[in-house]
Amino acid sequence: MDYFVIIISAIFVSNIVLAQFLGICPFLGVSGKVSTSLGMSGAVLFVMTIATIVTWLIYNYVLVPFGITFLQTITFILIIASLVQMVEIMLKKISPPLFQALGIFLPLITTNCAVLGVALLTVGREYNLLQGVVFAVASAIGFGLAMLLFSGLREHIDLMEAPKGMRGVPIALVTAGILALAFMGFSGMV
Amino acid sequence: MGKKESTFINMVLVLFVITAVASLALGGIYNLTKEPIALAKKAKRERAIKEVIPDFDTLISYKVMPATGKDSVTISLGYKNDTLMGTAIASYSNNGYDPTQIQLMVGFLPNGIIKNTSVTQQKETPGLGVKIKDAKFKNQFMGINPAEFNLTVTKDGGDIDAITAATITSRAFCEAVQQANDVYQKEGGNK
Amino acid sequence: MNQWKNFTKGFVKENAVFILLLGLCPTLAVTSSAENGLGMGLATAFVLVGSNIVVSLIKNFIPDKVRIPAFIVIIASFVTIVELVMQAYSPALFDALGIFIPLIVVNCLVLGRAEGFASKQGLVSSIVDGVGMGLGFTYALFLLGSVREILGSGAWMGMKFIPGDAILIFIMSPGAFLVLGYLIALINKLNKTN
Repeated sequence: MDYFVIIISAIFVSNIVLAQFLGICPFLGVSGKVSTSLGMSGAVLFVMTIATIVTWLIYNYVLVPFGITFLQTITFILIIASLVQMVEIMLKKISPPLFQALGIFLPLITTNCAVLGVALLTVGREYNLLQGVVFAVASAIGFGLAMLLFSGLREHIDLMEAPKGMRGVPIALVTAGILALAFMGFSGMV
Repeated sequence: MGKKESTFINMVLVLFVITAVASLALGGIYNLTKEPIALAKKAKRERAIKEVIPDFDTLISYKVMPATGKDSVTISLGYKNDTLMGTAIASYSNNGYDPTQIQLMVGFLPNGIIKNTSVTQQKETPGLGVKIKDAKFKNQFMGINPAEFNLTVTKDGGDIDAITAATITSRAFCEAVQQANDVYQKEGGNK
Repeated sequence: MNQWKNFTKGFVKENAVFILLLGLCPTLAVTSSAENGLGMGLATAFVLVGSNIVVSLIKNFIPDKVRIPAFIVIIASFVTIVELVMQAYSPALFDALGIFIPLIVVNCLVLGRAEGFASKQGLVSSIVDGVGMGLGFTYALFLLGSVREILGSGAWMGMKFIPGDAILIFIMSPGAFLVLGYLIALINKLNKTN
């Protein structure tokens, strides 16, 4: 498959958050401010890319040869959980500034279904390793784009007078719906 | 009873035991469900074949590589009392709207006319692309002779009316049917 | 603890979807029809009850520092059981729910109950909690799926009562966000007046 198609489709057309519904928890949870959503997106980009590479290798060189692909869910989640721990320890040693920026978001990523979701989609669609990496990076960028747009909108909405019952989560969800509607306009691009 | 201390030995031991028990239990369940899963897959395939070719009693299947595309295509010949009743070809397209492959079963009568088609796998947009499963779209392919019929959507100068707002999916469907027909022509229904 | 209260809290006061806002990914993704919502809800409820039982039984053997990985392994095992059984006996539903079955592993609701409830309480309470929270989650998904299916395809549980197309947007992705947003607003309103 064409790499260009993978990239455009992952960022815009089948946006991981707005069309595939992966990573909704951080999307709603830490999107209050533009700065935190940037930090979260950076952490996701980092972990998602590494996780996709490692899970792809384990899947194709361990699970498939031994015929134990039914263990994929349990294997993948353990890989992701330990990867997050390792990334945390390594970042602390190698790059303290980066750790300062991303550190608090890392523990949240284990239960971010976008990471596991992209790893599962990559093996499910039988991408090769390079396609998988391109797909993971593009998905993370798509996640970041949605987060950034959404947090920008929310900063404004928080200042508005919404009806009482709509304040907080309901108005955020309706905003996300309108954003998803806007993203449907990208349909014609592929 | 008190909680276990977080010593290194304890932690490693407990995690090892839990993982070992979990893997053993899953291995057991995998073996138990292996056969039903295989049966369910076979039943799904046979149901699709029954839908697209006339009644048969024996089925002979084999795989060929299509001229275009990179995955093999399965051809199933349905016989009744040693006469060929129809050929079912499991075709696919990777050019749907969702990156998941669209898979179809296309049935040909011995005279090369398409009897029917059946969608066996798709993840297209709900409400739009999903309509390739509806009679309104699918029936356009019933009873046509591909030799005198242009298997593309009207937008591309063909004879198929695309689903509104789902041209990409409709194109992919046509592509899969075309591929099935190419394979059918090449292999011939006369084996 | 009053077991009846423990059971019903999952439906109203601590409903996973409407109040706690947990497990929203599958909630939004698979509710394009009432049937899919029901299937996803029951699959999640099964994993929840199973992991609550096991966690509550072995909580004293797990050292504190490794409890999260241990819980994840237990949850992932139950998810794999659901995956295999569903593939064998309900392949159509398995196809419809797609990767959201394996993704039950990272549903914050399941890990949250294991960590926040079952690891502290006895077996009976944990089972009651699992069933209550699981069914509460199921009813939320079923409700959301019903609204979307009725508005979006003019049908309910696969039975069509409006011929042709309905308001398609409701079964597409924006509809999921919109319907959930308004449902939560409605439930906030009802809770306030009570």
